[in-house]
Amino acid sequence: LKSKAPMKDLKMEEESSGVEKLEPGTTFPPTFSVSEIKNKQRRHQMFMKLKQEKRKQKMQLKKKRRKEREALGDKAPPKEVPKTIENQRVFDETTVDPEDEEIAFDEGTDEFSAYFNGLTNPKVLITTSDRPRGRVVKFCEQLATVIPNAHVYYRRGLALKRIIPQCIARDFTYLIVINQDRQTPNGLVLCHLPDGPTAHFKVSSVRLQKELKRRGKAPTEHSPEVILNNFSTRLGHTIGRLFAALFPQNPQFVGRQVATFHNQRDFIFFRFHRYIFKNEKKVGIQELGPRFTLKLRSLQKGTFDSKYGEFEWVLKRHEMDACRRKFQL
Amino acid sequence: MQHDDVIWDIIGNKQFCSFKVKTKSQNFCRNEYSITGVCNRSSCPLANSQYATIREEKGQCFLYMKEIERAAFPARMWEKVKLSKNYEKALEQIDENLIYWPRFLRHKCKQRFTKITQYLIRMRKLVLKRQRKLVPLSRKVESREKRKEEKALIAAQLDNAIEKELLERLKQGTYGDIYNFPVYAFDKALEQQDAESESDAEEEEEEDDEVMGGSFYKSLCLMIEKVFYSERVFPFVQDVGQREFVAEDEVEESDLSDFEDMNKLKTSSDEEEQDESSEEEEEEEVQASRSKGKSPANGSLVRKKRAYVEIEYEQETESASRRRTT
Repeated sequence: LKSKAPMKDLKMEEESSGVEKLEPGTTFPPTFSVSEIKNKQRRHQMFMKLKQEKRKQKMQLKKKRRKEREALGDKAPPKEVPKTIENQRVFDETTVDPEDEEIAFDEGTDEFSAYFNGLTNPKVLITTSDRPRGRVVKFCEQLATVIPNAHVYYRRGLALKRIIPQCIARDFTYLIVINQDRQTPNGLVLCHLPDGPTAHFKVSSVRLQKELKRRGKAPTEHSPEVILNNFSTRLGHTIGRLFAALFPQNPQFVGRQVATFHNQRDFIFFRFHRYIFKNEKKVGIQELGPRFTLKLRSLQKGTFDSKYGEFEWVLKRHEMDACRRKFQL
Repeated sequence: MQHDDVIWDIIGNKQFCSFKVKTKSQNFCRNEYSITGVCNRSSCPLANSQYATIREEKGQCFLYMKEIERAAFPARMWEKVKLSKNYEKALEQIDENLIYWPRFLRHKCKQRFTKITQYLIRMRKLVLKRQRKLVPLSRKVESREKRKEEKALIAAQLDNAIEKELLERLKQGTYGDIYNFPVYAFDKALEQQDAESESDAEEEEEEDDEVMGGSFYKSLCLMIEKVFYSERVFPFVQDVGQREFVAEDEVEESDLSDFEDMNKLKTSSDEEEQDESSEEEEEEEVQASRSKGKSPANGSLVRKKRAYVEIEYEQETESASRRRTT
């Protein structure tokens, strides 16, 4: 035992001599790095000290810069804009130019033109996959309150291809199918009916009305207004129109409800709010209704036909997720 | 020689049978030639030298028969007869082949054959219906997407975006005449004119009080909007002295002063404030100062009753009355 003690001391001394007690102003051998210390506690301490040093230097630099800026006053160079993912986004060649005539023409003659010309009124059928359970049922009901003129039907093992002609016969314009995985919704198929495009989304972070904090009363029967944000590319435009056609053309401003589809980095966030204008510069919003996030997985021309349908766009993970600055919608 | 009883005595009860599966209530027989799956004296294929079964291969049913004459030749022991696909014909075939056989075996063969055809039919039907396809999820990908979604949510700043969009729409006039905020451009022009000092603006407004434009009107609108919820007529005499705060509309504190003044008036307008969940501090202060026992139900009810046409009428009459008082 006695022999061990001096050994220990020796070892510690070696370490410390190799390391040198950390005091401000000490220099380390050039090949030193914190990760070479074998003792975990010491290594941790060294690392913390290193971080503090770095932070201090950073603060000093900041202060200096700020002083310089103040000193220059008006002549100071403009503040640098921080780089964000949205700033750095790779330019997508299919971005829609607002004045593009070709696109305007396309949109005048595509499947939604009937809706946008005011000829059809949206009528939505909401259904689920076989045997819906738990939150999916509630989610369907809440969606039906949010979307005016929506009906929920229980799916009893019927094939979609057989449901679709029946829906068309009864004048439905939209078919929504909610897929589930372990009692929570995880997929959404949105099919525009008189041979319109079919979009398949992945649904995530669903919050039902009860789970929202500070929420308001239940949504009323008034048609809500629609906000579509950030749908910039050609594909985004199509999806945006797909969402817009879910709601009636003329919103009832009396109801003061607004449904928002906000696209950020290919995730579409859905929110449903009630707003009130306090004065012309301030508006208060209160969240009603469910909230969920969608991510587009595939867009198919024509009504639902997964085998023989013509897919306009499919999420190919390896190609599309390779670049972090490239988005599709 | 075949001693069925001896065999049964041994494997049935006393010693080991490798095909037997014991459960709490029953014994089962795992032998592939067993006609019922139960371990019985009459349905044991080893302990019966005359035995028959139905077996199915790839959708085709066969009748297997075992006879005591072939007991010495294990390779040829089981005689295999292909049964017709027609159910009735197959039953006749079974009857024909098992003629003079014990009734138990005949009956059990027919039962088994019926069951097999039923499940074959069901399989064929199910294939035509929708198949459930299991798609494997990659854990890495899922967690990556989840993180991306969280970050996108933070970057989106949804509340701000929605509020901005709504204010834009108000500015562009999509709401028409519902909200009686005066034209934003007019205000902006006013602001730009009085850019130097607020006091100048005040003076101007005081000059303009007879005219129905300007911030006097604005203040009127605001007050009336709030008062409408209370459904009471409040004395306008107070408003005459309160023109000062109107000028400070651009500054945020004005709202607070606004509310403080409203305090003197009846307070069901508070319920309106309580209902709205905007995160402004002034609102929170206001709420804190007010009584907390108010039920939001009144506020929403009142909100629903709100008809925008009425506001206009009220304004005209009340402004007329105000003019009279002043």
